[in-house]
Amino acid sequence: MQQTSDNFIAAATEALHNDYQQATRDFLGQMAPKATAAARANFGDWDALRAHVKRIREHSLDHLAYYLEQYEAAAQADGVQVHWAEDADALNRRVLEICREHGARRVAKGKSMVTEETGLTPYLESAGLTVTETDLGEYIVQQAGEPPSHIVGPALHKSVDEVRELFLRKHDLGERALDGPPELVAEARTVLRDTFLQADVGIIGANALIAESGHSMLVTNEGNGDLVANLPAVRIVCTTIDRVVPRAEDATAMLRLLVRSATGQSVTAYTSFYGGSRREEEQDGPTETHVILLDNHRGEMLEGPFRDMLHCIRCGNCLTHCPIYVAAGGHAYGWVYPGPMGSVLTPLLTSLEASSALPNACTACGRCAEICPADIPLPDLLRDLREEESQQRLNPRRWRLGIRWHARLLRFPRLYHGLSRIAIAALHRLGRRRGAFQSLWLAEGWTGQRDFPAPQSSTTFMQEYRQQSRQSLHSQKAQHDGE
Amino acid sequence: MEPRHSERGAPSPHVGLFVTCLADLFRPSVAWASLTLLERAGCRVSVPSAQTCCGQPAYNSGDKARAVPLAKSVIRAFEGLDYVVAPSGSCAGMLKVHYPRLLEGEWRQRAEHLAQRTWELSAFLTEVTPLPLPANRPDAGHVAFHDSCAGLRELGVREQPRHLLRQQCSADIAELDNRDVCCGFGGTFCAKMPDISTKMCDDKLKAVSATGAPTLVGGDLGCLLNLAGRARRQGQNLQVRHFAELLVGDINQPAIGESGD
Ligand code: SF4
Repeated sequence: MQQTSDNFIAAATEALHNDYQQATRDFLGQMAPKATAAARANFGDWDALRAHVKRIREHSLDHLAYYLEQYEAAAQADGVQVHWAEDADALNRRVLEICREHGARRVAKGKSMVTEETGLTPYLESAGLTVTETDLGEYIVQQAGEPPSHIVGPALHKSVDEVRELFLRKHDLGERALDGPPELVAEARTVLRDTFLQADVGIIGANALIAESGHSMLVTNEGNGDLVANLPAVRIVCTTIDRVVPRAEDATAMLRLLVRSATGQSVTAYTSFYGGSRREEEQDGPTETHVILLDNHRGEMLEGPFRDMLHCIRCGNCLTHCPIYVAAGGHAYGWVYPGPMGSVLTPLLTSLEASSALPNACTACGRCAEICPADIPLPDLLRDLREEESQQRLNPRRWRLGIRWHARLLRFPRLYHGLSRIAIAALHRLGRRRGAFQSLWLAEGWTGQRDFPAPQSSTTFMQEYRQQSRQSLHSQKAQHDGE
Repeated sequence: MEPRHSERGAPSPHVGLFVTCLADLFRPSVAWASLTLLERAGCRVSVPSAQTCCGQPAYNSGDKARAVPLAKSVIRAFEGLDYVVAPSGSCAGMLKVHYPRLLEGEWRQRAEHLAQRTWELSAFLTEVTPLPLPANRPDAGHVAFHDSCAGLRELGVREQPRHLLRQQCSADIAELDNRDVCCGFGGTFCAKMPDISTKMCDDKLKAVSATGAPTLVGGDLGCLLNLAGRARRQGQNLQVRHFAELLVGDINQPAIGESGD
């Protein structure tokens, strides 16, 4: 996927000017936090579950090589072919090779952010294959020629009317009403039914890999994942190395967090565990099963200061809790992962240079970290990325120097207080009549859209306080002298 | 100076007022009100003259190296006192939560020691030295309350200022329907991404106007300057004040961003 993260600010402004889509996002920003809060409240001890899963994830990552080997051995024993992919290109190539080995022409896909990350669909399409997304949201954005705007609900930015128009245009099914979501869903289902039946290869993702059994876990609400996994002759699971946990109960503990945080449900409609291919006595299932484990910088993250980010379970809750995501929309982030988790992941998985605006898209309000089921200190990680930016001089020079000189001045209290007295006296005199400035030199970022309140007084507090202390000393002295 | 003693006979705590750079420069009345309140609660208050700013601008901009000396000088200026109190959740949070992260070795220990004794004003006046009821209670009337994020999430400041406003000046507090969402200030964020920041600020101001309250009260001047500045630009008639000003009944002077004439 062509990355446009460096255009974040302009893209956000454009999104803000689209009133219709902004209203859709505002609605999402109000409803999603309510739904997930209710789900948390209905669960017993949420914080204990969160702490439990955190320990599981920490343990798994501490012993990642061990559990990956255990997983690989168990999966192979179950007849799964396990492949390792260093980067996006390696994963894409491996998938294409498997497709070619089977002379495949049609590929059905379940929802997978990992394959969005590697750009698998356009890669396969450019090699002449027909690739169809089967998750309803993914199908909608694929038909619209857009990237997903949210990691759980890829088409959440689209209104029902927009989807209706899209289907009427794209599906050659003659005159019909298509009134309301049920009819739209039914039509997508009909159209997709053939895709499942005709596909030569099915590609799905995984929410967790279970080391002891070699199984992969997948949750969906539409059941499309199971059709993609089981109807075509070849199944390919594309996932990343950090998904592995020791036991099945670890995966289901994670699942409890995930579902409530993602959609506010207490359980998804479909939770499946996949092992190897169809056995001799079995009627259905694929005849060949592959799992591709992608690294793509995760090994580096494991060793570095951003390791906490590997705990992310991709629930998407930080997105809809982030007022900046709600304002800017997912597309403004310019790559696969938006919102707070995306602002951390994008620089780590691509480059800081190509996404230097993203770590700045944060007011450190802490709402994301508060609800993150994986307890990731997102604002702290974003601040650390800003530090790297500053060290690599990727932030605007004006900002860097401004901050530096301000901080230097602050180290000299007398000089600072003296200079601020002069500045405040002048600002107060200039702004007294109106009470605020409509424009101010060097503060255009502020005064573009808001007034700049003038100082209340011609003196600073420190100045007033000193004068008062002196006066009271004087009066004490005068009293003393008089006695 | 003789140490003053509280009614119970215990020596009165010696509090260092961390003025905050915004109160120092833009709103001295907030610092004066804080001083008055702390004294009324029986504290002996000092204002160390070596203080300038807590270092958040550098720290949050990723220039940690330049935030370190500022943190050290704050620690040096205040560590001899019993408590540090700031009329700002974000500055108190910087001292309490972020200094120990920022510093290392012996300095981290000193930072942790100070952190344990650092308080946001309303939390201090409810949890450490309860504020006695004033002789004549001012009437704050109908006010909307804005929670600032750092105070709310880093320090758990939520009920304390509301409690004080009700108890001390009979405030009728209106809650915003988006009370746990940021107002878009975010320090340098508001100047780096003004369009997004303005949208967030407008959402907040819309919620304020839905309450019908003529006054918006909060505990952090950063947010309040942002909200007052935007309200003025939009022609929204709203008085924006810090809760400390209301608690001392200092409401005759112009609100934030209002003209004095
Ligand atoms: S960072 Fe946390 S809240 Fe955001 S998607 Fe990951 S697990 Fe969910």
